Amino acid sequence: MPKDHGIGASPKRREDVRFLTGAGNYTDDINVHGQAYVHFLRSDMAHGTINKIDTSAAEGMPGVVRIFTGADFEGVGGLPCGWEITDKNGDAMKEPGHPVLCQGKVRHVGDPIAAVVADSLEEARTAAEAIELDITELPAVVDMGKALEAGSTKVHDDLADNLCYDWQFGSDTETTDAAFKSAAHVTTLELVNNRLVANPMEPRVAVGDYSRANDEHTLYTTSQNPHVIRLLMGAFVLGIPEHKLRVVAPDVGGGFGTKIFHYAEEAFCTFAAKACNRPVKWTSTRSEAFMSDAHGRDHVTTIELALDKDNNFLAVRTDTKANMGAYLSTFASSVPTWLHGTLMAGNYKTPAVQVNVKAVFTNTVPVDAYRGAGRPEATFQLERVIDKAARELGVDPIALRRQNFITQFPYATPVAVEYDTGDYEATMAKMEELMDIGGFAARRKASEAKGMLRGLGVNCFIEACGIAPSNLVGQLGARAGLYDAATVRVNATGSISVMVGAHSHGQGHETVFPQVVAEMLGIDEGMIDIVHGDTSKIPFGMGTYGSRSLAVCGSAMVRATEKIINKAKKIAGHLLEASDSDIELKDGQFTVAGTDKSVAWGDVTLAAYVPHNYPLEDIEPGLEETAFYDPANFTYPAGAYACEVEVDPETGKVTIEKFVSADDFGNVVNPMIVEGQVHGGIAQGIGQALLENCAYDENGQLLSASYMDYAMPRADDIPHMASYVVDHSCQTPCTHNPLGVKGCGEAGAIGSPPTVVNAVIDALHSGGHTHVSHIDMPVSPSRVWAAMNGQ
Amino acid sequence: MQMTDSRTIAASPEEVWAAILDPEVLKACVPGCTEMSGSAEEGFEATVVQKVGPVKATFKGTVVLSDMVPGQSLTLTGEGKGGAAGFAKGGADVKLTAVEGGTELHYDVDAKVGGKLAQLGSRIIDGFAKKMADQFFSNFQSAVEGPQEAGEGAPLANADGDDGEKKKGWFKKLVS
Repeated sequence: MPKDHGIGASPKRREDVRFLTGAGNYTDDINVHGQAYVHFLRSDMAHGTINKIDTSAAEGMPGVVRIFTGADFEGVGGLPCGWEITDKNGDAMKEPGHPVLCQGKVRHVGDPIAAVVADSLEEARTAAEAIELDITELPAVVDMGKALEAGSTKVHDDLADNLCYDWQFGSDTETTDAAFKSAAHVTTLELVNNRLVANPMEPRVAVGDYSRANDEHTLYTTSQNPHVIRLLMGAFVLGIPEHKLRVVAPDVGGGFGTKIFHYAEEAFCTFAAKACNRPVKWTSTRSEAFMSDAHGRDHVTTIELALDKDNNFLAVRTDTKANMGAYLSTFASSVPTWLHGTLMAGNYKTPAVQVNVKAVFTNTVPVDAYRGAGRPEATFQLERVIDKAARELGVDPIALRRQNFITQFPYATPVAVEYDTGDYEATMAKMEELMDIGGFAARRKASEAKGMLRGLGVNCFIEACGIAPSNLVGQLGARAGLYDAATVRVNATGSISVMVGAHSHGQGHETVFPQVVAEMLGIDEGMIDIVHGDTSKIPFGMGTYGSRSLAVCGSAMVRATEKIINKAKKIAGHLLEASDSDIELKDGQFTVAGTDKSVAWGDVTLAAYVPHNYPLEDIEPGLEETAFYDPANFTYPAGAYACEVEVDPETGKVTIEKFVSADDFGNVVNPMIVEGQVHGGIAQGIGQALLENCAYDENGQLLSASYMDYAMPRADDIPHMASYVVDHSCQTPCTHNPLGVKGCGEAGAIGSPPTVVNAVIDALHSGGHTHVSHIDMPVSPSRVWAAMNGQ
Repeated sequence: MQMTDSRTIAASPEEVWAAILDPEVLKACVPGCTEMSGSAEEGFEATVVQKVGPVKATFKGTVVLSDMVPGQSLTLTGEGKGGAAGFAKGGADVKLTAVEGGTELHYDVDAKVGGKLAQLGSRIIDGFAKKMADQFFSNFQSAVEGPQEAGEGAPLANADGDDGEKKKGWFKKLVS
């Protein structure tokens, strides 16, 4: 019998009442009296030298308040990068300046050259057309290989070349080379992890406000982490002390990582609100989003897998070029390194793993974390090369994986992390059961009878979530702590507000977090509300990304609630004239153990705020506690995924017939929300595998900047719900956080792309197209058809 | 995007050459051209109104003639800025060869677009550029030789729908 409340229950999402009735309060819904509007004049060239920006004609146009260019930001800090990578020679990464508005050069299509603030958006746009630009176009660097060639055009003239860093990690070269030398078989695969645009439903918005009376700034922004923005923008860009800067991220309509970062537009609105002494609002258009939201992925990789004569994995070696775009976005440098290299062992006990990554500047939009961030790239290459090896060796791909599984925990990988717990055999067996692997041959026959090729793709994945142990990431170059914080404020009548550092932008925290507190206190969830997204209301937490909210912020909330319980027991002990060590809390009642003497939750909370009969000499009145929680380790969700596709040999079109995920997320608080997260993640993974591609031409022109050219997955690209099975019944609880939870937000997007591609290759082989060993994503009909036909 | 084509014009290479250098001819032939001024020596300034897929814009730009070998070959280079719509630029290497019945005009065209044109119109830009080149050289052919000698099919009207009819063949009549 499933629970109907508390941990393990699936109450409906309470935030949906406002989201589904049009009552959400998104940043674009926020309008401040007297606000002006900004339109950014963006570069339509990928690379050029700015000779002159003549704003004189535009300044006299109707409604124009002020026009800003890069010159207005001289002396203002640039947008900082939050993670310093040390390269294989011990040198710091190259960290070029990233001005709020272009200074001297434009470096990608969409780079903001000037900002027109006007009474209306139309007036701002019209005036921007009157700005005379004298820009000499320079050759653009788009291809990473060409960018690294000697003598290549440089994105940043003050750097020696376009290399941000050359990073090596994991097993040393001697060990790795020796393993390859002793191998009975080596499988090599070259692949591209396609560049994606996150495309949250709500585009980015920023509203800057300034109070001259108090010298106080307020920024309303579409952020996943308002405190991070306050710190980065206040301390590094604009020099505003934190007590004079409030950052509010209200309802946010999807983030997927792209709203983690500190962007030029929000710094601009904050700056301009003071400079113009007027609130300034910016709302991104969808076209702008394509050329100003940080993109995702864009890795080019060669991976090699060495196996001994018994098909045991001996070594993995990778060589990746990772596109940084034109500037280093906030966490760009960490994605291809620590969020990617540390996962290259996968679910396997491979003794030697060496990861090589060159990060490259190009004249493209900056690239940063997107749902999964480095871990999908790791999973894709590893699970594709294993599949290729199985095919070359003529062995069952499931059996090959199984024989190489890590089975003993904790397990220290050759790539720095220690998996605390897991059971990869359990998820594999669950996947086989749900997929009905045994019935595949018959289903393939049925497809063939229709003239279709049917393929089965399987793979495993592991990810490091619950980001992150601060002392560890500090050693790895992070310039921030990655703990989180929660304040549990119990009101006099017993209702509770929980102020959390995590930010909910689709995850359902407002529903899930109260389930945990309610379970701990034995009170009704309806008595508990979550407050998030406003630095003036919540403790200094680090926000939501990397599937961290419940594992890190939820743990802080548990610790704060434990403090509440301890104090409440003392109060109850006083009221019951018993020792607090004898007080038990159950179902919202404090009872003296072994007696029928009890007081209710509400009696205790009232006593805390009306301390007439209260041990004031021993404890303070009030009932409010804060806890900061820094995790001891990452969490390691893992699973086994499978999908069946049909490929139409006439057209190359791929249809996903069935998808199964068997995940181990540790303990699950709200199964319905977990399933929704995985459904959404897999849909995005299917989007990457079959449809999405952010394309540039050789001149650095962005070719896919609308939904006419950038193919998002639609309902009919995703299997019907009956064939879209997400399971999380295999649970090995995390050993180091109080809830035993691991995180589920990114798993679907990490695990699913190789599943789809493996299935397509399998289908083509069944049709006799055995020369096809790989097709790069998106596996579009034209690419499949070309591969089948040897083109 | 690159295109190569050739067509035979019923006029001598000298007549064709003279027509290419004439801003009035260029204005009549560039599809969507509403203004054209300047000279072959100093370059032309042009205003062109065009719709590329979903993007309609007024392009202001320049056309420069270079590598001129009278009666034989030249290069046309143009660049137009369309404000928020982005930019278009391109060049054509034109070669003239005397053949039986007139002059063979051979062209290699290279066209590039940027900004919103590339972002929203890239799928259709190849077809669009080919259409523009076809229209330009068809217009040019009719301007030089008149419609009755246009070979296969009727020449395309000027894209802005202006008085293309009465201009047909006018240049040849003028110089012959």
